Amino acid sequence: MKYVDEFRDGDTARALAKVIHAEVNPERDYRLMEFCGGHTHAIFRFGIVDLMPKNIRFIHGPGCPVCVLPAGRIEAAIRLVEEQDVILCTYADLMRVPAGKRDSLQKAKARGADIRMIYSSSDALALARENPGKQVVFFAIGFETTTPPTAAAIKIAQAEGLSNFSVFCNHVETPPAMMTILTAGDAKIDGILGPSHVSTIIGSRAYAECCDTYHVPLVIAGFEPLDVIQSVLMLVRQINTGKAVVENQYTRAVSETGNEKAKALMNEVFEQRALFEWRGLGVLPDSAVQIRSEFTDFDAEKCFAMPEIATADIKGCICPAVLRGMNNPDECKLFGTACTPEDPKGACMVSSEGACAAYYSYGRYKAAEART
Amino acid sequence: MCLAVPARIVELSGDTAIVDLDGIRKETSTLLLDEVAVGDYVLIHVGYALERIDPLEAEKTLALFAELRAQDAES
Amino acid sequence: MSKLDTKNGVIEMGHGSGGRTSAALIDELFVRHFDNALLDQGNDQAAFDIPAGRMVISTDGHVITPLFFPGGDIGSLSVHGTVNDVAMSGAKPLYLSASFILEEGFPLADLERIVISMAKASKDAGVPVVTGDTKVVERGKGDGVFITTTGIGIVPEGINISGDLAQPDDVIIVSGCIGDHGIAILSSREGLQFATTIESDSAALHGLVADMVAAAPAIRCLRDPTRGGLATTLNELARQSKVGMRIRETSIPIRAEVKGACELLGLDPLYIANEGKLVCIVPAKDAEALLAVMHKHPQGQTAAIIGTVCEDAQHMVIMETAFGGNRVVDWLAGEQLPRIC
Repeated sequence: MKYVDEFRDGDTARALAKVIHAEVNPERDYRLMEFCGGHTHAIFRFGIVDLMPKNIRFIHGPGCPVCVLPAGRIEAAIRLVEEQDVILCTYADLMRVPAGKRDSLQKAKARGADIRMIYSSSDALALARENPGKQVVFFAIGFETTTPPTAAAIKIAQAEGLSNFSVFCNHVETPPAMMTILTAGDAKIDGILGPSHVSTIIGSRAYAECCDTYHVPLVIAGFEPLDVIQSVLMLVRQINTGKAVVENQYTRAVSETGNEKAKALMNEVFEQRALFEWRGLGVLPDSAVQIRSEFTDFDAEKCFAMPEIATADIKGCICPAVLRGMNNPDECKLFGTACTPEDPKGACMVSSEGACAAYYSYGRYKAAEART
Repeated sequence: MCLAVPARIVELSGDTAIVDLDGIRKETSTLLLDEVAVGDYVLIHVGYALERIDPLEAEKTLALFAELRAQDAES
Repeated sequence: MSKLDTKNGVIEMGHGSGGRTSAALIDELFVRHFDNALLDQGNDQAAFDIPAGRMVISTDGHVITPLFFPGGDIGSLSVHGTVNDVAMSGAKPLYLSASFILEEGFPLADLERIVISMAKASKDAGVPVVTGDTKVVERGKGDGVFITTTGIGIVPEGINISGDLAQPDDVIIVSGCIGDHGIAILSSREGLQFATTIESDSAALHGLVADMVAAAPAIRCLRDPTRGGLATTLNELARQSKVGMRIRETSIPIRAEVKGACELLGLDPLYIANEGKLVCIVPAKDAEALLAVMHKHPQGQTAAIIGTVCEDAQHMVIMETAFGGNRVVDWLAGEQLPRIC
């Protein structure tokens, strides 16, 4: 696969890793947060941790829109599809996420709720066109990578005059979440691996405030393992020289200003939401978007008067601390016993890029290695 | 988050493209991009092309890797 | 006897009632197409002599959607699936039975298409469907058609193949490219809509198995990696045999298109179903010779050694990635779903 395989070359990885080994200061730790869940997934899938020196520690960030979605929002969606005669369209990622009371979209579907797994917002539009007698609600989640496709779907729905299509908007924003983590300070982050595809949309300049305010270097890393390793090297170099700027490793896809057309589309359809609850980070101001009043006909929260539902996390679950980078998954009392990929108690275990799910497989391997 | 995959545009029609990923063909929206052409590689995410991959920048990054491999081979 | 309208007719409750309409269905569709002496006898059972040896029996229910997909359909799949399950013991499959649960309203044209496909698969495999049953359920209570096939076979003398026999240092072989069936099915399902030339690899493997067992009678394990894919089968065998496995990603045969589809959808090819492949665990000394024999067979041309069995109290399957690191190939948790993240 072009632009994929070349960035997965093992020999280059080892060469890059050697340079990192040579340049790290053995007297200190380098605590690097990979913000994006996709990077967490790549780090474990490609065994990048194995290649790094022991004093580089990856702190897993909250860049997993599945993991940060509060259980209450899922419960609201379940109530919507069970109490009203709608077709709920969702990305497959959300199906097994625990809502309150051990429920989930998958369980609701098993009970007979009309929940459809889709790949794209266009699929939801198609369902609306094919089922004119039913209301179709699209459960939209994601950071800025996924927000423009939702905006596009709303605009298309408006242009076509679709009266049975609406969006349950849960789109969140990256820089505010980063600021929150850096403000809290408890994770003690020395550097940040910035998200690949969010950056494609928002541009490298969007992170300047984070860097400047908290004096933390940030390198926008591409999605492939060589991108990640090269970005680690760039961070190590900044940390060693006391620099704290935004650098772009993913130059083949990220520019300073990002995708202007996508940003304009987002701004046309969405506006800042004053407050939004993030699982693990609490209620944050100006961290999420809502649908503008001009498009209120497509706003499921308005059309169906969806209530705010507060749901407590399961007792013992420390997803919030894990999402903030303060604890490792194996420090959770439920990890690997009550909470496993088959029977997840928190979002970090359900999502394949959640820190806990990644640790579950990887950790078992490391433990096995230690025994042999 | 944000699994996006590079694929090559093989057909264009208005705001829709057909992209090819090693023989898999998929319809994708190009609504988020202004200028794309057949032969361009774009990042695909949830059925939309997010950005064009800049072949020159890609080459630069790969050249850097090649340099490193060469250095490593020598030592 | 009323003539069956296989062009425009549909299944009615009467077709399951046991009366004339039932008989017409059975005679004009099943008996006609399956076409063998035992079925022609018209009994509720088939009686036959069997050669001496250990008998093997296996059964499989088939509920696949869509019913028709590139490279096969529920009919051919139900034949191949059970023939293969019998063959994985090293046995020569002899006979099949087939039971159909039909939904009221199911088009007879589709049913005939399925039965013809089953008959062809059965004939090509040399394993006749000698007895069967049909039932009809009310509209809404069945997904068109469910098919259950049961097969019997005889294991040749001296052959003992079972999932709990793998030993450390044994070699692990896979008979060909993984992921074809699952990707072919996904491409025909609503909602994903990608075009591909990939077809299901659904095929009968007993011929390949016969050649393999003849060449390497000491084969320890055979299993076809269907639901849950290669990863699930390896984990099952590791658990049954109480061993670990170490495999190499670069050795696992996979088509570029299957890889591409998996990247696009965020799926791991190791967990995708196959319907015409097998995993074989064999003592190291026999591995190369066995591989050579497999390469000569149409179902084994891309067979490859993918790793070895080892001691491991945790029964873990660990893969050396193409990248050079190691990762655990764990049990699947729930259904593998496409992801956007």
